[in-house]
Amino acid sequence: MTASRLATGGSAIDRSRPIRFSFDGATVHGFAGDTIASALLAGDVAVVGRSFKYHRPRGIWGAGVEEPNALVDIGGPRATPNTRATTEPARDGLVAKSVNATPNALADRNAFLDRFSRFIPAAFYYKTFMWPDWHMFEPRIRAMAGLGKVDTDWTSPGTSDQINHHCDVLVVGAGPAGLAAARLAAGTGLSVILVDDQQRPGGSLGHRAGEIDGKPAAVWVEETVAALTAGGHLILPSTTAFGIYDHNLVGLNQRHSDGRPDTLWRVRPRHIVLATGAIERPLPFANNDLPGILSADAALAYLRRHAVLVGRRVVVATNNDSAYEVAQALAEAGADITLVDIRPDGMPATPAKVRLIKGRALAAANGRLRVEGVTLDDGTRLDADCVLVSGGWTPTLHLFGQARGKLAWSEARAAFLPGDPVDGIAVAGAAAGAVSLSEVFASSAKAVASLGQTKAAMPASTGPEATGGITAAWPIPGSKGRIWIDYQNDVTVKDVELAARENFVSVEHLKRYTTLGMATDQGKTSNLPGLALMAGITGRTVPEVGTTTYRPPFTPVPLASFAGARAGELMAPVRRLPLENVHRASGAVFQEYGGWLRPAHHGGGADADGTIQDEARRARQSVALFDGSTLGKIEVIGPKAAEFVDFIYYNTMSTLKPDRCRYGFMLSENGVVFDDGVLVRLDEHRFIVSCSSSHVAAVHARLEEWRQDRFGRDAVYIHNATSEMATLTVSGPNARKLLQALDLGLSLDDADLPHMAIGHGTYAGDEVRIARVSFTGDRSYEISIRADRAEPLWAHLRQAGQAFDVAVIGLEALMILRAEKGFIVIGKDTDGTTLPHDLGVEGPRGKRQTEFVGRRSLFTEEASRGDRLQLVGLTVPQGEAPLPTGAHGIRRSDGKLNSQGFVTSSYQSPTLGRPVALGLIERGAARHGEAIEIQHLGKLRTATIAAPCAFDPAGERLHA
Amino acid sequence: MQLFPCPFCGPRDETEFHYGGDAGNARPDGTQVPIDRWANYLYLRTNPKGTTREIWVHMTCGEFFVMDRDTVTHKVLSSAALGGERAA
Repeated sequence: MTASRLATGGSAIDRSRPIRFSFDGATVHGFAGDTIASALLAGDVAVVGRSFKYHRPRGIWGAGVEEPNALVDIGGPRATPNTRATTEPARDGLVAKSVNATPNALADRNAFLDRFSRFIPAAFYYKTFMWPDWHMFEPRIRAMAGLGKVDTDWTSPGTSDQINHHCDVLVVGAGPAGLAAARLAAGTGLSVILVDDQQRPGGSLGHRAGEIDGKPAAVWVEETVAALTAGGHLILPSTTAFGIYDHNLVGLNQRHSDGRPDTLWRVRPRHIVLATGAIERPLPFANNDLPGILSADAALAYLRRHAVLVGRRVVVATNNDSAYEVAQALAEAGADITLVDIRPDGMPATPAKVRLIKGRALAAANGRLRVEGVTLDDGTRLDADCVLVSGGWTPTLHLFGQARGKLAWSEARAAFLPGDPVDGIAVAGAAAGAVSLSEVFASSAKAVASLGQTKAAMPASTGPEATGGITAAWPIPGSKGRIWIDYQNDVTVKDVELAARENFVSVEHLKRYTTLGMATDQGKTSNLPGLALMAGITGRTVPEVGTTTYRPPFTPVPLASFAGARAGELMAPVRRLPLENVHRASGAVFQEYGGWLRPAHHGGGADADGTIQDEARRARQSVALFDGSTLGKIEVIGPKAAEFVDFIYYNTMSTLKPDRCRYGFMLSENGVVFDDGVLVRLDEHRFIVSCSSSHVAAVHARLEEWRQDRFGRDAVYIHNATSEMATLTVSGPNARKLLQALDLGLSLDDADLPHMAIGHGTYAGDEVRIARVSFTGDRSYEISIRADRAEPLWAHLRQAGQAFDVAVIGLEALMILRAEKGFIVIGKDTDGTTLPHDLGVEGPRGKRQTEFVGRRSLFTEEASRGDRLQLVGLTVPQGEAPLPTGAHGIRRSDGKLNSQGFVTSSYQSPTLGRPVALGLIERGAARHGEAIEIQHLGKLRTATIAAPCAFDPAGERLHA
Repeated sequence: MQLFPCPFCGPRDETEFHYGGDAGNARPDGTQVPIDRWANYLYLRTNPKGTTREIWVHMTCGEFFVMDRDTVTHKVLSSAALGGERAA
């Protein structure tokens, strides 16, 4: 081949702006407006990559999204593997590398594989490398096959934008059909978004002849774009509609020329017009994958858009009328053209300076690294430096198929056309089978009319019209030589025949067995020839074989585009305390607990365990401060509030007096303990549900469901006030003394504010609510205050606490304190089978007469089993280390070890000077004092079953 | 992504909704409910192919409502507020 850049012409390129970039280490020259492919062709680079399996040399085939061969890895900050050279704009300084080639496309060291090709047909690897294990061979085979390489060190230079949008009509494709449909729809007052995957609108009008409304097509394109823009409609070039999802949500991938990452658009149009055009198919002949064999339409695009003449001695092989314009244009540009048409008659007039051979097909292409000639089916040999082929046109109906549109076979067009209409979607132009501009415009008018719009003024084709004559030329079973069906996956006629012999005759099986139609191009050029061949082999018609299922995306979309801003901290955002910065300033070490970022402990450096022990010890000695702002604070208000909380809780709550609180369980309907916490009654019709920190959203949702489902919107009102208030906890023997140092405006006498009571005071003019509830077992006060006023109160508590050697403790120390007391954490000390009586709370089950959530489930056979796991404490001999959490209690029978429960919480208690542990053990409640073997990772220890509460079992410290 | 009509907020993306179960799955009260009846209420769902009547909750406004839709075509047929009563 001797492809070259012509001295003049090229509608897309700007010769005043030369650019240089690198391909496989060599410098390539081009102009602004070139694609990587057009610049490579202008530089006569024939071999641009190696094939997937056989490492065959491959050249550029097409000029658009259908490209199966010319994939390149782009390096640098915008690194992207497997980019189509035919759609990627050439940019100054760009670094591109061929795929599946080492060291480069021209001299690939794995090229020897092609000589063994007849020993490695479809499924060869899976059939051969079975013993001893496919996974032993897989890494090396994968390293030899495949396409581009992912740069694992690459990170996105910025966040990919995501935009949600809506419009009346979304038109996909800005060729003649799309432009006409957009203009017609805009003319009836609808808002329009027009998207096109090329850099400039116009579609086939960019390289095919046409005269519209008496003007050259290019002028009409410019005027139409200008009119749409002036009308406020959105035109998105370099944007691919890659998927239609449920209820006609359309995903768009917009690429930017200024270095920004791609933008993901989610568009909700009321109507969709698919003007997605058609893709030219190859013809079947031996060695039809040689570099220098191109789609005829692509050659015309390179000539007229980029002023690149793809060859000097060119054979144009066709079975349809569309190649005649190509032959004529290349002949006029100075190439020596031989047109080989499979048809003996019925063709258009032979263009001037073109030699026509009719009634003949190509049997083979000759050459090694690039095409050097062809052999016709009568044995005639022709020299050629380039072969252009047109095997007919496949309407681009991927999006229509994704929207569950059924396809209908047209024998006359030798193609699938849109079948029954899909709600809200119309198809226009070549995608609907239109050929001439008159047909195209008529289809656009029909598409817009089908959306319920009245017909507006339609553009008219005033020039010569294209014709659509075609005689099908499908691959023929039993053909000689290696005839490629799928270039990208190295699937030949013989592979399809093998699949048929082994009964993979369904089109979906054919795809998976041979890989026909897989990978980045998804068979845009190969699917139809492949299934037509299968039809021929199995004696069926093409529609009987059918197509594979169309799935998004139409073209590859960067994963970073789908991720958008959801990366790093935003991947799973944590909830934050109002006093986070204050805690950080005082050395708090933060960890995530149930979605909340909370202080684990304060300072300590490498000796975190020592710090935690110290915090837990000091909390018992004098007084501790603790930020409990994460505790749920869900208000239940209304005339049926008392009845509502009775239904929600396992325990009877309606007997609670105002300003008193009560601990209780919420159950799921299957009886399992769902949450525990304290319910506060403020007055007759007002409660506060204080649920577990990590459970607030779930509890709130549950309250809303029962409120709406059973009580009615007017009877109860639910308000989640969790984030409105900060809750600062003062706990320890000196808690009351510390609090007395602050003037909170209420009596702290135990007669006025006993354990499980609520007091109301003020701090610096703000109301505060003080609850005497305890998660530590010591005298405790939980002070709730407006979140934005909590900081001075916290500072005051710390300052006043200095006189008492106050300990500011984190969640880890609190976990020790509550475990010493045998206080459970739902989900840690319970699991999805734990019923309330397993935790020793038996009363309500037997006594309650009113209905509550989960009630019936407490009276099942399962709930009454004698061998249920029950909450216990576990002690180990003095001096031993704590039991591992998760370790199993063991029973021996017949020499085997069987689990009889497990350790749920385990800590070293600094106050007791020994480990404390909680566990769920079979019949545990009746086995206090009994020894039990504990097994963890094969190691056995002995523990003693005890009551859950290991510290101050009489509860005297609550009142101390 | 499907578009669901919240009776209170209008059409919204399906990601804003949670499924709330079959409509008409009335809760039987009391400790004497036959165990099969209670198991049906807890665990058995109809999972129909075709039209179905379901409870959904719009998470952003917190309201439960009943929606008729088709599990094959994903067409939404109607949606309505529950009106304070369990949907029948």
